[in-house]
Amino acid sequence: MRASKYGVAILIATLCPALMFGGTISGKVTYTGTPVKQKPIDMSKEPSCAKQHPTPVTTETVVTGPNNALDNVVVYISAGADDANAPSQAVTFTQKGCQYLPHVIALHTGQELQVVNADQTSHNIHPLAKVNREWNKSQPPGSPPIQDKFDQPEFISVKCNIHPWMHGWFAVLKTTHYSITGDGGGFTLPNLPAGKYTVTAWHEDYGTQTQDVTITGNETKSIDFSFKAKAY
Amino acid sequence: MKNFKRVYFFSLLLCFILAVGFTLAQAQDVPDVGPHPPTPRPKMESHIGNITGHSDTPQAHSDYRRYCAGCHGDLGDGNGENAVWLDPKPRNFTLATFKCRSTPTGTLPTDEDLFNTVARGLTNSNMPIWNTFTKQQRADLVAYIKTFSPRWGKEKPGDPIKIPAEPPVTMESISHGKALFTKLECWKCHGPQGKGDGPSAATLTDSQDQPIRPYNFAAGKDDSRFKCGSTNQDIYKIFMTGVDGTPMPSFADTISQSDAWDLVHFLRTLQVNRHSRENDVLKAAGGTIPPYVEKPSAAPASPSGNGAAGGGN
Repeated sequence: MRASKYGVAILIATLCPALMFGGTISGKVTYTGTPVKQKPIDMSKEPSCAKQHPTPVTTETVVTGPNNALDNVVVYISAGADDANAPSQAVTFTQKGCQYLPHVIALHTGQELQVVNADQTSHNIHPLAKVNREWNKSQPPGSPPIQDKFDQPEFISVKCNIHPWMHGWFAVLKTTHYSITGDGGGFTLPNLPAGKYTVTAWHEDYGTQTQDVTITGNETKSIDFSFKAKAY
Repeated sequence: MKNFKRVYFFSLLLCFILAVGFTLAQAQDVPDVGPHPPTPRPKMESHIGNITGHSDTPQAHSDYRRYCAGCHGDLGDGNGENAVWLDPKPRNFTLATFKCRSTPTGTLPTDEDLFNTVARGLTNSNMPIWNTFTKQQRADLVAYIKTFSPRWGKEKPGDPIKIPAEPPVTMESISHGKALFTKLECWKCHGPQGKGDGPSAATLTDSQDQPIRPYNFAAGKDDSRFKCGSTNQDIYKIFMTGVDGTPMPSFADTISQSDAWDLVHFLRTLQVNRHSRENDVLKAAGGTIPPYVEKPSAAPASPSGNGAAGGGN
């Protein structure tokens, strides 16, 4: 008798999150056409980084995967799910081997950003914000992480002036419902209450696309985005 | 007769259509260069000492239009009609990012910072020394500049950095400055002799993607290249505030106040043709900067003889 009582309790406990947390929007981002070949980066001016890459790394403007998957696309809910509060956890952006890891990060307005220098050389962090404040700070090796926040939604290009090949992006959003495509080009936006949503996919070179999706309950809605590759 | 009336009616109609079309076309092609700004702007004030500047006086408006708009544009966005011919480009006031500040990187300058920049001009650029204005005019123009960006209504200027008293110019300070110059990798842009020929110098761009060169400290006999003032205090400020909008970052999170002063003293020795206390001290010591020796700590040496014996200088 007891066992079945507990059994029911466990069953309810496992079902509860699904009942509470709503539907999911997921899918894939792909490209059509032929993307421009990414160029190898010459790091010879920075030997401490060059030696970390026995095969030179390439630029990351367009990163692709198998089956025409397009990586580094920020897919997010641009209407219908604005979150008023920033998560308390910081988002980390690391400089390693004179590259930004990851190439694109997404964070909420007001959420803390932590920039780490894991290299033997100095970098300067220069988010080229046009809507948010533009700042520029030096970060020698061994310094503590640099912390900052952004108040306004904006896609901010980030560079290091000392190492001109370094490029990254901060996607500052009003929502915590975002997913950045990685291997395979897939994205998933879970925990969506019933409602009407606009989903936006942003790629640093191929631009922005939107789709409207309605969630009625706990279903998973599948949508895909396809970007046209640019010739240059 | 009837035909004539018909022709007359239709030709009038045609004229009317043409007139309306022409007027609409005119309204789109011709920019609003009338005596009023294209969009209504907020009223801003500036406070410098005991002078208060106002953005909404007819004088401020006509001064801006007469002296500033040609480069900085009617909308303050740096797109004045002269801008295409200029390098560096005129400041875009709508972004509220300014080079010469006493406030930390990413923050708004104080009214006094802007007031001083207008007066001083920006050497090696097309921004003149505006010594033709009265202080009141300058203060009014500072207020006017603040109308171009919504940031001025939403945030306060940063807290001005505190500049401690300058320590004496000693060989130790210069030598430490040189050690910092190497450690902080200033030479990557500025070059080992500060000639602006470091390995990264050729690839530098400012925040508007325009090529920009790092300062060549060795050029010239004077301070004519320093845009944000040329006293030792002004140079100290640059390290702690960065030159926003350019590759020059702020080192405020990385160096101490005495580090910054040591860098200032070393920097002056890079200005090889400029007469300075620093160059005098260097000359008196024989002309070469010795390697920096870390001062032994105040703690007593361990009995096993660890660490260098002897006291400070």
